[in-house]
Amino acid sequence: MSDGLLELSGVTRSFGALTAVDGVDLSVPVGARHALIGPNGAGKSTLFKLVTGSMPVSSGTVAFDGSDVTRLSEPARARRGISQTLQHSSLFLSQTVERNVLMAAQRRPGGSRHSLLPRRQRAARDRVHELLTDVGLAGRSHALVSALSHGERRQLEVAVALACEPRLLLLDEPAAGMSPAESARLVGLLKALPDTVTLVIVEHDLDVVFALATSVTVLHLGKLLLTGTPDEVRASSAVQEAYLGTGREALFLDGPASLDVSRPGMEVG
Amino acid sequence: MSATAHPTTDVPPSTGSTAVPASPPSSSRRRGLLGALPPAVVLVVLAFVPFFLAEDPTNILTRILVFGLFAVSLDLLVGITGLPSLGHAAYFGVGAYTAALVADHWTPSAPTPVLMAAAAGAVAAVLTGWLAVRSHGVFFLMLTLAIGEITSQLALQLDDVTGGSNGMSVPSVRFGSEPFDADFRIAYTYWYVLVVFVIAFAAMWLIARSPFGLALRGIRDNEGRMRSLGYTPFRYKYVAYVLAGGFAGLAGGLFAQVNRLVSPVDAGFALSAITLLALVLGGAGTLWGPVLGMAVVVIVRDYYGPDLNGHGPLVLGIVFVIAVYVLPRGFAGIAGLLRTPRRRRDRSIVPGEERAA
Amino acid sequence: MADWFDANLVSILNGFAIGSLLFILAVGLSIVFGMMDVLNLAHGALYLVGAYLAYSLLDGGATWGAFLGALGLAVAFGLVAGGTLSVMTEPLAKRPILDQALLTLGISLIVAEVLSIIYGNDVYRIGAPPGLDGSVSVAGNTYPLYRLVLIGIGLVLAVVVWLVMERTSIGALVRAAVADREMVSAMGIDNRKVKIGVLAFGSVLATVAGVLGGPVYGVRPGLDETVLLLALIVVVIGGLGSIKGALIGAMVIGQVDSLGRALLPELASFILFGALALVLVLRPQGLFGPKKVAA
Repeated sequence: MSDGLLELSGVTRSFGALTAVDGVDLSVPVGARHALIGPNGAGKSTLFKLVTGSMPVSSGTVAFDGSDVTRLSEPARARRGISQTLQHSSLFLSQTVERNVLMAAQRRPGGSRHSLLPRRQRAARDRVHELLTDVGLAGRSHALVSALSHGERRQLEVAVALACEPRLLLLDEPAAGMSPAESARLVGLLKALPDTVTLVIVEHDLDVVFALATSVTVLHLGKLLLTGTPDEVRASSAVQEAYLGTGREALFLDGPASLDVSRPGMEVG
Repeated sequence: MSATAHPTTDVPPSTGSTAVPASPPSSSRRRGLLGALPPAVVLVVLAFVPFFLAEDPTNILTRILVFGLFAVSLDLLVGITGLPSLGHAAYFGVGAYTAALVADHWTPSAPTPVLMAAAAGAVAAVLTGWLAVRSHGVFFLMLTLAIGEITSQLALQLDDVTGGSNGMSVPSVRFGSEPFDADFRIAYTYWYVLVVFVIAFAAMWLIARSPFGLALRGIRDNEGRMRSLGYTPFRYKYVAYVLAGGFAGLAGGLFAQVNRLVSPVDAGFALSAITLLALVLGGAGTLWGPVLGMAVVVIVRDYYGPDLNGHGPLVLGIVFVIAVYVLPRGFAGIAGLLRTPRRRRDRSIVPGEERAA
Repeated sequence: MADWFDANLVSILNGFAIGSLLFILAVGLSIVFGMMDVLNLAHGALYLVGAYLAYSLLDGGATWGAFLGALGLAVAFGLVAGGTLSVMTEPLAKRPILDQALLTLGISLIVAEVLSIIYGNDVYRIGAPPGLDGSVSVAGNTYPLYRLVLIGIGLVLAVVVWLVMERTSIGALVRAAVADREMVSAMGIDNRKVKIGVLAFGSVLATVAGVLGGPVYGVRPGLDETVLLLALIVVVIGGLGSIKGALIGAMVIGQVDSLGRALLPELASFILFGALALVLVLRPQGLFGPKKVAA
């Protein structure tokens, strides 16, 4: 076994006759900015769920930081430092923005015990304020989540995920539904994360992908098609074919100029 | 490209940098003092009740406090944690019988019987809660209903210990070795109940506002997300269930000492049902709302009950049906509407989220 | 073994009679539950309505006309009650499940109180229709004929319900909806109509069970709560929305209750709830429940 932070070997998940994720081997080193791309139905979201533990694998092993976590529950994996944002907004709707982030920030890494008495939680609250400033929601900290716009909720998702102090951060289409300005801000925020946070991102907006990723894995029909640098992936004929098959031939026609993340018009479903 | 990065992101977020003051401490302290004013006024008024109320209304108020405390313990479960129990009276009953037995066989001196009652309620919740908390949704409703019925059946069948359907009489409360002065028995009993109520209410209020309480609300709103944040919801729900059982036992113990008669009805479904009605009326999740709701229920049932030829349940049933429709957030909802109309509108976008499991 | 069987034959038969009645009740509860996510706490009150209907009509003389009349009225009342319940719970469909349960609880309080205003707090016995009111000899024991008929009705109903569920398109719809609640709307069927139909069916079963159970168990205030609890235990043990589960659960609970009372009278309730706890520890979703419920 190599020394990646996240090591998948032969990870498979079947739903009856359908195999959504099929024998995926993947090694994500510490500090990587790794993107997972592929046409719809390629199994990206399922693979995320297998990594976080919200869905059990049919076969294969998931190793995190050198130890096998395949049998660990989702909360146990989260306590080891795996954090995520979900494709569909998943927040605490009746709570304020601040409390949503506090919910994650008050849980110290590794621990899960909580005081039965009120605490000022100064450190946690400072951290919450800092994160909300980072994602651009500082002015909304006392608003109820149910009153937030879609874009604001996505930003809040990122703040909640970061508040867990993750070592591995899984982002499932974090920029979906964001305005170009919002997604540019998101990219900036993610780029500024320290190397101690390893990123794995699923994103359809290839501007975001190529602006962030140092390595890219392409999934197709549940199988791993290719892993390489963004340039290698762009040049690969196999990848183009996978996308061509689903009618997305225009995707890879752009050159390095597409790194300009604020440019609109490149978003694909 | 780096120009797109927000300036504040230059500080790596995970290092937890210097503090950013959220709001000036003085203003938040003043708001805290203002917020403490209404409860303080209520408390002072309550403390002086026996001086200006006749004995009958004082008695009713004593019962309201006893059952109100029980309603708050149920709110901790239903409103805060999102666990809709139909059998919470089980722990009230366990507490009531425990206090009766302790007072009978050991000592009727306050506060030993009620403390033992609280412990017994918690232990009963430890034993049964493990089964109930594992289940979800309608299954939880049914399991808790069964737990409540089992408990009242047990009380009925263990007649060597409990006196069966005749119930058990309880010696009157004593302080040290002294019984209450007969002339002021009602007032002293009231103050005793008030003191226990205030302490227990404060404890539950603090729990609801603690980091643990925030986690409970998180589980109520979105259990799946809590799991992905590294919480194990089962543990939190189990602890909440045990705490609620302990406070219910405490209320039951008070009831035994005040009512001086405990029977299987006091652990039965009817009590769970009217307490849920109190939650619906008062507004679940607010803790104080259910006390007001319980006041209405107790007044209808115990005060006007005799005038209704024993058909108080009919009135309660009608109130129940109406309340479920027109008061989705109870009296607390009305209060919230008056205080901050905009907030309330925002919330109403997601009706049910407040209490949904 | 044969001796034991012989000595307890009456208890065993009684267990099957209770089981039949519980099955009729539990099927209604279970389907309403499994398909619509409504915990109908008025189910017991509907049983009580049926039982009082039987008392009212049969009190003047247990004739077949009166018995069938009571059944007819019970069906009519059940249909109306089911429709009413459906309309009343509809505005609460988006609210937490507790709210709907509380609404039906309020309704059951009202119904039970109205019945106690009309009929008072007395315990009434109800006669079986002529020809069924005698006893027959079963392996040397005299046994009331009506109870055997009740067992027969339960078995016939079980077969009918099984055929409907397995062989008709309505049954297919019900099974699909129990397995996946989104299914009904996905199939383009008006959810509200299905709900009215399901609740009406469930309510009719409850009121009819009241009439059928009358000659065996009589009628008294508080019977609604007893009956509701037993039916709920059957549903929990058998599994949500499962007909097979309801049948087996009802028979098990019938036997546990009847044999328990006969053999270990002071422990009867413990055995009943012990069985419940045991099933739930081993299989939280019930014996035949869909896995997802307990997930």
